[in-house]
Amino acid sequence: MTAIITPNGYNLDTGGRRIVVDPVTRIEGHMRCEVNIDENNIIRNAVSSGTMWRGLEVILKGRDPRDAWAFVQRICGVCTGTHALTSVRAVEDALKISIPENANSIRNIMQLTLQVQDHLVHFYHLHALDWVNPVNALKADSQATSELQQKISPHNPKSSAGYFRDVQTRIRKFVESGQLGPFKNGYWTNPAYLLPPEADLMAVTHYLEALDFQKDIMKIRTIFGGKDPHPNWLVGGVPCAINVDGVGAVGAINMERLNLISSLIDQSITFIDQVYIPDLLAIAGFYKGWLYGGGLSGTSLLSYGDIPDKANDYSASNLLMPRGAIINGDLSKVHEVDLRDPEQIQEFVPHSWYAYPDDLKGLHPWDGITEPHFKLGNKTKGTKTNIQELDENAKYSWIKAPRWRGHAMEVGPLARYVIGYAQGNKEITEQINFVLKTLDVPVTALFSTLGRTAARGLEAQWAAGKMRYFMDKLVTNIKAGDLATANVTKWQTDTWDSHVKGVGFTEAPRGALGHWLVIKDAKIENYQCVVPTTWNGSPRDEAGNIGAFEAALMNTKVERPEEPVEILRTLHSFDPCLACSTHVISPDGTELTQVKVR
Amino acid sequence: MIKPNVLLLGIGNLLWADEGFGVRVVEQLLKSYVFPENVTVMDGGTQGIYLVEHVQQADILIVFDAIDFGFPAGSLHQIHDDDVPNFLGAKKMSLHQTGFQEVLAMAQLLGEYPKQLLLIGVQPVELEDFGGSLRPVVKAQIKPAMTLALNYLQTFGIEPLEIADMVTLADPMLDIARYENERPSETVACRLGDERVIFAPDIKITPPQTLDGAVAVPVDFRGKY
Repeated sequence: MTAIITPNGYNLDTGGRRIVVDPVTRIEGHMRCEVNIDENNIIRNAVSSGTMWRGLEVILKGRDPRDAWAFVQRICGVCTGTHALTSVRAVEDALKISIPENANSIRNIMQLTLQVQDHLVHFYHLHALDWVNPVNALKADSQATSELQQKISPHNPKSSAGYFRDVQTRIRKFVESGQLGPFKNGYWTNPAYLLPPEADLMAVTHYLEALDFQKDIMKIRTIFGGKDPHPNWLVGGVPCAINVDGVGAVGAINMERLNLISSLIDQSITFIDQVYIPDLLAIAGFYKGWLYGGGLSGTSLLSYGDIPDKANDYSASNLLMPRGAIINGDLSKVHEVDLRDPEQIQEFVPHSWYAYPDDLKGLHPWDGITEPHFKLGNKTKGTKTNIQELDENAKYSWIKAPRWRGHAMEVGPLARYVIGYAQGNKEITEQINFVLKTLDVPVTALFSTLGRTAARGLEAQWAAGKMRYFMDKLVTNIKAGDLATANVTKWQTDTWDSHVKGVGFTEAPRGALGHWLVIKDAKIENYQCVVPTTWNGSPRDEAGNIGAFEAALMNTKVERPEEPVEILRTLHSFDPCLACSTHVISPDGTELTQVKVR
Repeated sequence: MIKPNVLLLGIGNLLWADEGFGVRVVEQLLKSYVFPENVTVMDGGTQGIYLVEHVQQADILIVFDAIDFGFPAGSLHQIHDDDVPNFLGAKKMSLHQTGFQEVLAMAQLLGEYPKQLLLIGVQPVELEDFGGSLRPVVKAQIKPAMTLALNYLQTFGIEPLEIADMVTLADPMLDIARYENERPSETVACRLGDERVIFAPDIKITPPQTLDGAVAVPVDFRGKY
């Protein structure tokens, strides 16, 4: 038994029993988590490991920077497009290319559409079943469910007892046929589930409604980007021409397409206002006492900001999504963030399966190195290809440890919302105050697993409103006669300087995303992506600071260690997407689907 | 009479040898026939929940897939209607692939489901060959699978027009001949993973074992949502 106090304030105790959860994520896989629990089933040590290596940085070396977006957006098929946008911004920064206003509006609409769709799918399809019990929904009274629905969302027309009875009948038929389909693999008898059957039925009904609706939202990206997932992008603008008359230009955006997008935006706003937010508040109301999982959210938060109001101005004052850093829990001071400053963002590898010339020093991404070095600590249990227990004193993850001025940071919707709140951002403050008042909880309740989930919902609502704003801006601009969507004056490589570097950033649904690249003689010399899950899923650094996932798991009580729904709840609240962060190391790709209780 | 919506859907992952069977059948159908307007021929790849809406819209659905159900390797099978979900989802090759079983389940829960459903499946010989193509016995079942589908369509009075000269309607990047001819040799490409990692001096590859004394609890939600 060893007890350690980390510089970022956590008492780690590696005694007690060790629980291994592998894999953790519901869609993109490749994350493993190990915790030590004491005799009261409380987590006293947490270890988060990315079990796969990404390596796209290596693939990009020597390629044409104008093509980089098409490679990097394959990092992930879920937060699709956001890596591409980050990439074209990095190349434009390096080559000093400005884009037309219309391109900025269209890019923002696409990015905001991603936020809305991703947050919605996360809440209903990836995270809801950590809180909602579909089997319990079979016990619901449909009249009581209807009353609950009308109470929490009076304007939602789909609220009759008959409607809920129909859905319940479908679920019952389904379960009775012996298949649970998407509801397989849950811990449906675990006492951690607290909703009454009526709330469960309402939420499962909306699970299905959201499934139906998310396909419509995506049409916005397919109209502007040609396809989805992985829409098309362009260095210098967007690859879609505008022709409002709709004649003579096959494939151009015409008035009919613009009207369709406009109507989809209205539908998104309605769905979020009438279904998502009321559900969020109703579910959170039943779990008010479950305030675990805050981790670094009360102390160390980072956001790069995004959604430039005017084109080509990436300064904090022009970004509608807030930028800043909070450290040491001091919300009265939001620090400025500069992605170019070598002192601010650095990646460390003493606990990551990579090699630097000096492992103890951090490297700014422009000087970043991606050299795999797989080596296990001598306290590892198991074999190199079948690890039973990691040794967190040595290298233990394929994720590097990024730090902001030496601090482990949380990124994502909650980070953006707390930073916006601390900065006095009017819209964000209003939204947060509404939630705190409705639930009758103090502001500190934000620093929790549920706070993270709530911030995501509020951000979806904010993003849908901003889609409307940029759509109106786009249409106004088009009506004024500005049809430009791309600037190709610097398309030819002979217009470029021979050795330049650039950085592009976005706020992806999961958090701060940056791409740093160096271009030499029109080819990529170096390319480094520091992605949201690198921040959140980071392992320990040279000083011993634990990362955001690890911190969030600390001191949580696990009711039934063999059914660690509490661990999944907290990790899922970050919407982890480990394909971002890390390549298959197991030669046969066998799934390790076991929980080992020691 | 309103014509039924028909969907011919090939699913699977081209990159994992016989797992690409369904997609290859669809490629050949697209090259060889012109179908009436109410028939859609689709390469569903590994798209998961993105396919739900297409399944919902179909009155008649024919699915082509590799089905790992312990039949003799390379044998071809037809499964009808309610039996179909039980034969799907035996193996998920892509980590983010929603099993087609779940796609059908979601369509059913959403309340719209094909009236007629036919699964034409082949028992694969080899799946664990990244970048590989169909094995000969599986490849030989493409034509018979097409014939089964056409015979089934005929019972609904649907007959496509055969194209005399094969045209490429599918994405040329995915063409089976090109895919096979341009595959790098074993000496050039490491088939197991990243060679810098797995050929590192302190790694010895042994197949993963079941943990001793492990409590088996289903926590793997991959592909389920």
